[in-house]
Amino acid sequence: MDRRSKLIEILRQVTQKDVTPSEDESLFESGTLDSFALPDLISALEQAFGISIPDSDMNPRKFETLARIDEYLDSRV
Amino acid sequence: MAFIREFGCWLPERVVTSAQAGAWVDADAEWVRGISGIEERRFAKDEETVADLASRAGLDCLTRAGVEAAALRLVMVASGSGERSFPGPAAETALKLGIPGTPVLDLPMASAGSLFALGLAARLAAAVGPILVIGAEKMSSVVLREPRDRGVAVLFGDGAGAALVMPDSGLLELIDVELASDGSYAADLCLEPGKPLSMNGRSVILQASRKVPAAIRAVLGRHAIAPPEVAAFLMHQANQNLILKIAAALGVPAGRFYSNIARYGNTSSASLLIAAAEWRRENLPTPGSAVIFAAFGAGFHWGALLARAC
Repeated sequence: MDRRSKLIEILRQVTQKDVTPSEDESLFESGTLDSFALPDLISALEQAFGISIPDSDMNPRKFETLARIDEYLDSRV
Repeated sequence: MAFIREFGCWLPERVVTSAQAGAWVDADAEWVRGISGIEERRFAKDEETVADLASRAGLDCLTRAGVEAAALRLVMVASGSGERSFPGPAAETALKLGIPGTPVLDLPMASAGSLFALGLAARLAAAVGPILVIGAEKMSSVVLREPRDRGVAVLFGDGAGAALVMPDSGLLELIDVELASDGSYAADLCLEPGKPLSMNGRSVILQASRKVPAAIRAVLGRHAIAPPEVAAFLMHQANQNLILKIAAALGVPAGRFYSNIARYGNTSSASLLIAAAEWRRENLPTPGSAVIFAAFGAGFHWGALLARAC
């Protein structure tokens, strides 16, 4: 499974929504992610990709779209 | 370090329902409940000041403790909603308690202010004597500022809580405290003079959901206590969804976290001690059992304090 598909699967598990967001769609503005699901998404990313995301990297904008999440993971994985 | 002899609180009589608050921002009560767990909050009268609220909570605490105000050696008042930049409400609070001349300390900190004041008092009490710690907020004067933000206006309420910290004996022994601050996030939750409260809710929730459990684990870890062994968690009542998230992160049943946010909303720095006062009235903690106080707020400031029932 490629990383994008894996990201979408994680997003679906966290949100319990059958979503397929486009690359640059805001996950906040679309209602896919709310403030309380965002910490769960980050925990799921840490688990799925075997990384520890420091508090200093927890800027919501870094996780606003699939493209930005990809970009962040590129810097970490 | 020191002991909490007793708690006290004071809440205004006027109830503002979530249907009423929601109507300010074109939302209904169900939406307000869904995002926060808040059913209603209390609003003070226009003419009432933070010092009025603070002194009433302080008096309630002293009365319950059976201690005269004249015995106090220091009064601390945490508030992010004082009417003036300076002086803060602490000196007027002491005046209203009938003890002008007693030294006071203002902590102009929202949300986490009473936790920081408790942490300071725990260390100072042995040196100075009895300390009255108060958190008092008149958030109605803030949330009613225009333009009213949907995610802010419905959250807050007014009230005050207090704790009497003694050097020698009490209900709870204060064992250890873990406090932290990081100004990187100052703009994410701030109140500038005359302007509406500005909050980046996503950043607040994201950081709080990580930092509060980490602080609790840190302070418990130093005493080899696992989170499930804690008898009660007394939290800043910021948002019921956040409280549930922190409970889940610690692997602790949500029922162990005392909650009254449904009735009072988020009373910022007052909420921790209002919750403690109500918890105390409803519970008689088993001697030796661990109790955690924790908060997170503008700054960001956050932390946790470990106490043991006596």
